[in-house]
Amino acid sequence: MSYIYIVPIELEDHSDLELLEAFIYDTFHLKTKRSAFTINLPDAFDPHRGQHNSSLILQQLITKPPRDAEKILGILNVDLFIPILTFVFGEAQLNGIGAAVSTHRLQNQFYGLPEDREVTSERLLKEAVHELGHTFGLIHCAQPQCVMNASTYAENIDQKSAKLCSQCQKITEAGKKNTANKGFPFSWWGNK
Amino acid sequence: MKPEEIGILIVDDEASVRDSLYQWFRADGYRVDTADEATSALNKLQENPWDIVLLDIKMPGMDGIELQQRIKQIDKNIVTIIMTAYASVDTAIQALKDGAFDYVTKPVDPDDLSKLIRNAVEKRRLVTENIQLRQQIEELLLPDEVVGESPAIKKVMEMVNTVAKTDSTVMILGESGTGKELIARAIHSRSSRRYFPIITINCGAYPEGLLESELFGHEKGAFTGALYRRKGKLEMADKGTLFLDEIGNISEKMQMDLLRVIETKNFTRLGGDKAIDVDFRVICATNKDLDKAIKEGTFREDLYYRLKVFSLVLPPLRERRSDIPLIANYFLGKYAQSMNKNVADFSPRALEMFTGYDWPGNIREVRNVVERAMVVAQGSQIQVEDISFPFPSPTQPASGASLEEVEKDQIVKILNQTKGNIAQAAEILKISRLTIYNKIEKYNLKR
Repeated sequence: MSYIYIVPIELEDHSDLELLEAFIYDTFHLKTKRSAFTINLPDAFDPHRGQHNSSLILQQLITKPPRDAEKILGILNVDLFIPILTFVFGEAQLNGIGAAVSTHRLQNQFYGLPEDREVTSERLLKEAVHELGHTFGLIHCAQPQCVMNASTYAENIDQKSAKLCSQCQKITEAGKKNTANKGFPFSWWGNK
Repeated sequence: MKPEEIGILIVDDEASVRDSLYQWFRADGYRVDTADEATSALNKLQENPWDIVLLDIKMPGMDGIELQQRIKQIDKNIVTIIMTAYASVDTAIQALKDGAFDYVTKPVDPDDLSKLIRNAVEKRRLVTENIQLRQQIEELLLPDEVVGESPAIKKVMEMVNTVAKTDSTVMILGESGTGKELIARAIHSRSSRRYFPIITINCGAYPEGLLESELFGHEKGAFTGALYRRKGKLEMADKGTLFLDEIGNISEKMQMDLLRVIETKNFTRLGGDKAIDVDFRVICATNKDLDKAIKEGTFREDLYYRLKVFSLVLPPLRERRSDIPLIANYFLGKYAQSMNKNVADFSPRALEMFTGYDWPGNIREVRNVVERAMVVAQGSQIQVEDISFPFPSPTQPASGASLEEVEKDQIVKILNQTKGNIAQAAEILKISRLTIYNKIEKYNLKR
């Protein structure tokens, strides 16, 4: 039996994770397993930018995947970037095993607004499913309501639902069959 | 355009930038590839078509500015976006001057990058669509209906090609049905005005008042019945070509008005007071002897010379007989297709009838005769019986001077007249049927 591993990384508040795991199971029909991996965040920190390089975190996350790991989702609360962009909400390997998502820019207080726990929780849910969707081979979807619709700012995330559209559901199911047979031939990331 | 139809090439010597952009665009579904330096990028540009190239300005060897120049030499329509780690106004200006679509400083805000790529894709789509539409227009314009290989028509087409490159007024002279409008369209379709309309007005078809309104347009209430403002042909021809057919038939007042418009390129609508500027080229045609009309005082000399900067004389069909089979076959193909009939050619006798006839109505007459023949034709060939000439065949000069040639021509003429009926032909020629058969054999006049 294989699992989607949920890996909190230096995350103080775990209160959203239970709901998140239930939703991931509903979406991908795979059980989740919460686990603690050894991730050295300072190694991924870029002092010039004052941010963490999400690609380096992802590399650490997938270095030694457990045998029963179908996917690994790292959840953290630091400001993430990839070299070409000023920030990312998360990153994932398309058709791969690993994904990471951060709550840092999902919180209203980052934008100088009063914090809203419910909004942050919902954004985390959507971004986690979105990044995991990439690991199942999904690219960005043109359907505005689909969770795989690209989001480049926080309010963007609020406009879409947390669910996959029917087309993306089909691709996910096909992707599950393919990865079961072929392993993970590609190793590259998606984000947004 | 769907994302998978768009190819994006990323050129940067920094692996982390290449990788992150590669991932970013792949997640959007684009076809993506990367190159770590200019030579490799140029090779990839030769191997596959790319729509958008993102290139770093600072690279070892050839820099981004020079690479962009080379990319534009390969395909000037590729959308290029320059990236740099250090914003510099000079390089930005240089990149944009060299045709860059935009210029971004690394790192880029994700939303800005998304919008930039959306706009670049839209630009590429518009450029591609524009190229396709132009090709379609060229295809629609290019098939020349000017058919013929005789020296006379070749000379006309040479003159068409020469005059098409200029913006001079052209006067096309020729008998009715020689294809004056076709030549006007051929000039227009080869000119720089070809993407704008050619507006034709048959000056001989309107009474004076109506012609004025047709050309100049009118304001609401300009005259009884002018219920709405209406644009005239002059306005419709703006940036294109105005073809004035049967120019020899216009009144003196109209001649004066037309001369003023051609010289000033502005006019007012009937009943209006606002001057309207127009930019059109004038081509006119007539089958009248305008020199004679000038002598008689019915056509203005100044207008005549204004219109006749370049003149083209179309030969009548009887002066280029070798083109008759080509023209007949051209119309045969056209009508076979439009009438969905399986008629492939003319019988040798039918073709002989065509070449032997004088065609006083010129090409228009050929078209009408072939169209009628196509309607009645039963088999895969048009036969003599299917052909009917609207005019009785006039006396034709013999094609040669010898008695034999005169005899042959006379037999052909009478056989045409009787549609190949030997008995009738023998009676008209006052010779026996046997003699006709012998003559047909002798002159190789096959049915």
